[in-house]
Amino acid sequence: MINIENLKYSYPNSDFNLAVGTLSIEKGSRTAVIGPSGFGKTTLLNLIAGILQPQRGDVKVNGTNVSQLSDSERRNFRIREVGFVFQDFKLLEYLNVLDNILLPFRINRSLEISKDVKSVAKDTAASLNIEDKLRKHPSRLSHGERQRVAICRALVNKPAIILADEPTGNLDPDNKAHIMQILFDYVDNYNSTLVTVTHDHELLKGFQQIVDFKELGQ
Amino acid sequence: MKQSLYLAFRYLFFHKFRSLVLIASIGIVIFLPNGLRRLIEESEAQMMQRANSTPLVVGAKGSSTDLVINTLYFQQEKIENLTMEVADRLSATGLGYSIPIFSAFKARSFPIVGTSLDYFDFRDLKIKEGRNLSYVGESVVGSNVANQLDLSAGDALVSSPENFFDLAGVYPLKMTVVGVLEPTDSPDDNAVFTDIKTTWIILGLGHGHENLAKTNDRSVILERNGSSVKANAKLFMYNEITGKNLDRFHFHGDTKDYPINSILFVPNDQKSSTILRGRFEANELPNQVVVPARVVENLLQSIFRIKQIFNTVFILVGVATLLILGLIVVLSLRLRKDEIYTMFTIGSSRAKTFEILGFELLTLVTMSVAVASSLYYFTGFFVEEFIARFIL
Repeated sequence: MINIENLKYSYPNSDFNLAVGTLSIEKGSRTAVIGPSGFGKTTLLNLIAGILQPQRGDVKVNGTNVSQLSDSERRNFRIREVGFVFQDFKLLEYLNVLDNILLPFRINRSLEISKDVKSVAKDTAASLNIEDKLRKHPSRLSHGERQRVAICRALVNKPAIILADEPTGNLDPDNKAHIMQILFDYVDNYNSTLVTVTHDHELLKGFQQIVDFKELGQ
Repeated sequence: MKQSLYLAFRYLFFHKFRSLVLIASIGIVIFLPNGLRRLIEESEAQMMQRANSTPLVVGAKGSSTDLVINTLYFQQEKIENLTMEVADRLSATGLGYSIPIFSAFKARSFPIVGTSLDYFDFRDLKIKEGRNLSYVGESVVGSNVANQLDLSAGDALVSSPENFFDLAGVYPLKMTVVGVLEPTDSPDDNAVFTDIKTTWIILGLGHGHENLAKTNDRSVILERNGSSVKANAKLFMYNEITGKNLDRFHFHGDTKDYPINSILFVPNDQKSSTILRGRFEANELPNQVVVPARVVENLLQSIFRIKQIFNTVFILVGVATLLILGLIVVLSLRLRKDEIYTMFTIGSSRAKTFEILGFELLTLVTMSVAVASSLYYFTGFFVEEFIARFIL
């Protein structure tokens, strides 16, 4: 469960201010965050993930007050609890698909690459129909395939929360539906929580909770 | 650390061309000042070693540098010749012994050095294959000559004509290679040694032809006058000295008057050296005597002045390269901002990110140093060429 109370965040040297009174997201739910550009939807995801620290207020995730954690504690929280999916995939061009999927394990000292981890990575890739692309580099893949690789990277550590920032923004309609179904299936199978920022109102029917930033924050 | 190294290698390998250009550029910048310093220092050492091992050189008056370069390095600069008589007279002083040097011709671009057998003892030259000189017309080649011309004992080597259009010029002489010297890392490796008489034969002062007294070919004879016989150009001249025609070779005139370039004089001791130099200074002897070490020292001093200029230039180039490298790192970080942010987002610490970037830089620098070291190692093979092309 995610609980946000009296949250206030502003970027240094900027007029931007994000203020959220109260927001609760149930564990195992699918939540869509909508609203105009520049209202702070991505900032909210970063605050939930502990990438940003609010000037005021609390962000509690499954009982942990993320805003009270130190830098390294927030990083550990992110490694253990959060899976990120981005609009522009954010895959590393110089790594092949398998290495991209295993990237969280390569850049975190607390995670180790074992045979089991590799096996999980391959199984997850197989479940997303990219098992035959593991040795290819991202530039050789279609947009849909790249996003599946990015999702695979986000899911390989079996996170409790998936934060997806416009995950279908660069995809065609067929791929959009497919990608969202993958995320929904994961949430259902693992009782995980999905928070998705989207502009696409066609996707909203699959979500149980919709947070409109025009009403929530400023 | 293993994972950081892995990621650093993946990045460098993916950007192969960029990485190779950087490695080559940094490697060359590291190598250039060090390589040049090695060339100069080893050249100095090699030249001084050769000069120090040569006590005195006697030659006609003129440039002492040209005299030493000719005598020690067989560079065949144009200098005035001496006569063989000077060598004999010096030996007759009892102050030491003379080794004549006459190097005016080449065999396939390698200098032919006419000298006496004393030269081999003086330079401590060892025969690696075959034997030493015994007869005129034989040659012993340096190790480099043997390698480059693929020569071994029993092969033949022809002296190169000075000028193809000079009908009255030097006749090519086919010399038998009777021995190959052990390598010495000195100009001796690049020389073709013969007896001094052989070089006089190449010069045309000695020759061999059919016996005119016994010839049946009347068309060769122009005039007979007692024991004197004049022949025309039809007379067959030998261009190779063999066991069969050795006795047909002869010299006209007195060999005391024949030319040599210079004399290596080996005094009995320091006192003999001082006495001999005193005699030259007192103009008792009409030529010049030089101490090669002093001449080479003077020659090298001007090179060291150039080296100092090079050092300054290379320091500036090094600083400029470091600045450019710094700029590349900064620009690279800017270009990879997204990638760094992604890593941070999915849980990388700043320290880990910099560790990966640090390994990339370290790998580049390590490989550049490896390139520079390889070039530095190979520089050692070019010391002699450097001396020949840029110092002598």
